[in-house]
Amino acid sequence: MFKYILKRVGFIFISLFFIVTITFFLMQAAPGGPFTSERKVPPKIEEQLNEAYGLDEPLIIQYKDYLVNIVKWDFGPSFKQKGQSVNDIINRSFKYSLILGFEAIFLALSVGVFLGVLAALYHNKFGDYAAMIFAVLGISVPSFILAAVLQYTFAFKLGLFPIAKFDSFMHSILPAVALATTPLAFIARLMRASMLEVLNSDYIKTAKAKGLSSRVTIYRHGIRNAILPVVSYLGPLVTAILTGSFIIEKIFAIPGLGNEFVESITNRDYTVIMGTTVFFSILLLFSILIVDIIYGLIDPRIKITGSKGDQ
Amino acid sequence: MKKVLEVNNLSVSFQTYGGEVQAVRDVNFELHEGETLAIVGESGSGKSVTVQSIMRLLSMPPAKFKSGSILMNDEDIVTMSEAQMEKVRGQEMGMIFQDPMTSLNPTMKIGRQITEGLIKHQGMSKKDALERGIELLRLVGIPNPESRIHQYPHEFSGGMRQRAMIAIALSCNPKILIADEPTTALDVTIQAQILELLRDLQQDMKTAIILITHDLGVVANAADRVAVMYGGKIVETGTVDEIFYAPKHPYTWGLLGSMPKLNDTKKELQSIPGTPPDLKDPPKGCPFAARCPYAMKVCDTYMPEYQHSSDTQKTACWLLDERAPKVNPPENIFVGGVKEHE
Repeated sequence: MFKYILKRVGFIFISLFFIVTITFFLMQAAPGGPFTSERKVPPKIEEQLNEAYGLDEPLIIQYKDYLVNIVKWDFGPSFKQKGQSVNDIINRSFKYSLILGFEAIFLALSVGVFLGVLAALYHNKFGDYAAMIFAVLGISVPSFILAAVLQYTFAFKLGLFPIAKFDSFMHSILPAVALATTPLAFIARLMRASMLEVLNSDYIKTAKAKGLSSRVTIYRHGIRNAILPVVSYLGPLVTAILTGSFIIEKIFAIPGLGNEFVESITNRDYTVIMGTTVFFSILLLFSILIVDIIYGLIDPRIKITGSKGDQ
Repeated sequence: MKKVLEVNNLSVSFQTYGGEVQAVRDVNFELHEGETLAIVGESGSGKSVTVQSIMRLLSMPPAKFKSGSILMNDEDIVTMSEAQMEKVRGQEMGMIFQDPMTSLNPTMKIGRQITEGLIKHQGMSKKDALERGIELLRLVGIPNPESRIHQYPHEFSGGMRQRAMIAIALSCNPKILIADEPTTALDVTIQAQILELLRDLQQDMKTAIILITHDLGVVANAADRVAVMYGGKIVETGTVDEIFYAPKHPYTWGLLGSMPKLNDTKKELQSIPGTPPDLKDPPKGCPFAARCPYAMKVCDTYMPEYQHSSDTQKTACWLLDERAPKVNPPENIFVGGVKEHE
């Protein structure tokens, strides 16, 4: 187990190296720079700015400097937000994205699994149809439209929740719902399909033949087996929610990291682009690792091994 | 011998979009303590539906009891509540299935799967149940049960899984064991071992076994009595000797004739021409009439009554009627003597 995790962490560093390299050169290949704007800056000033930020050096030297700094967990100063380092930006805004993301994932998982199980138990009956209509709506309505609808009805018309900003738990409910709906619907469909399959399997018959009640049969024997596809979907889900939250963050005026990430690209704020990309990549890679470990814990057939013959 | 189960005029149907499928039609049989009743017949003849309705394992709907009763200790399983059924399942009857690869929960340790029933039905503590589980595994012939009980099904071989299934089914000393094609998915040497195990356990525990199979070799080997099913009906029942040496129904003749024989030099295997009837719209008369080489006019329109040729053997066939012409069974069904297995 320990060996396995060590090996996987090693792979994470290799992946990170490639991600940093590719992002760095892609970013440089895009036309424009942090100091190009509609109003022409005198060449002398632009030269001095480039010099101050080390942009006049050959690309390969910049690349090397950048790698060295990343190892030291220093993403450098932001080019656009004066007096702020990228580390400051991440530290300041990530907590909002994290809270929002966790709430959304929790909501999507708990409600999604519940709806899926419900639909499977009431297969081809009212409960099934209701849950699946909800799921189809959830998948087809884009989150930004849902966000606007939620704001209009629950915040503006009914006044139940604050319309924007992120100061308290109440503030987080509407954006979390908007962010969670699509993955929730997806999980519900996934769970329904896999639960139906499990309910028809022989070992459920075995469990019933033992005289277990249908409740015990479903909980003890059904859900644990049926949840496996949902667990494997968790890795991409975490990423989608964390990176995809920028739309929701914009609509609800939440000063989160997703917002910074998108703005940095339009601004050609090189250091912020790199910093947020690396940060998100680390998050993604570790969440996939965690999901794999959880998967191994739930399904004993998946062996977590460091190398051949080592269990 | 004490009667442990009595099935009277049982009919079970499935409601489908295409119409009502009458899977089991008017089935009667009884089961005595310590005996093995084999139910044979081709796929779709209603064998599995019959035994699954005895345990009420069919999901209802689409399945439905149309008529009849299943009596156990003078209580009717057909009308029992779900709570009563929970006490019957596992406690009064156990069941093992065809494919041991899929009939154990892959994410649960063998020990827990064995002890679940013990804890529920016999009120054992976890510790006692685990000890009893180890004992059961030893009883069904699994080596190192102390360490095996903490393993998952995927760490067991096919034969061992079927042994574990038998241990689960017999954990609460049920009076009836239903084995739905228990050896079909196993290779031949393991088949013999499993059958032998079942026979040994039966002698020790006085369990009555209902054995579903379409392998007549297994029947000859393991059964005391045989019920031959076709088109949702039992067409012939008798002791194993009667069925193999004095079969009366042309379908039984066909089944026996289809068995490959050791000294048969012909390349092609015998078969019964035609296909089983569509149970959405079952024939009014004998279900086998369409494929029967001896069919008469009456066979198409009237279902024959059972004719008793001994205390134990009865056959539903018009050929046994006194007005019917005398027909002798074809010679080829006796060649090779199935009794050689014993």
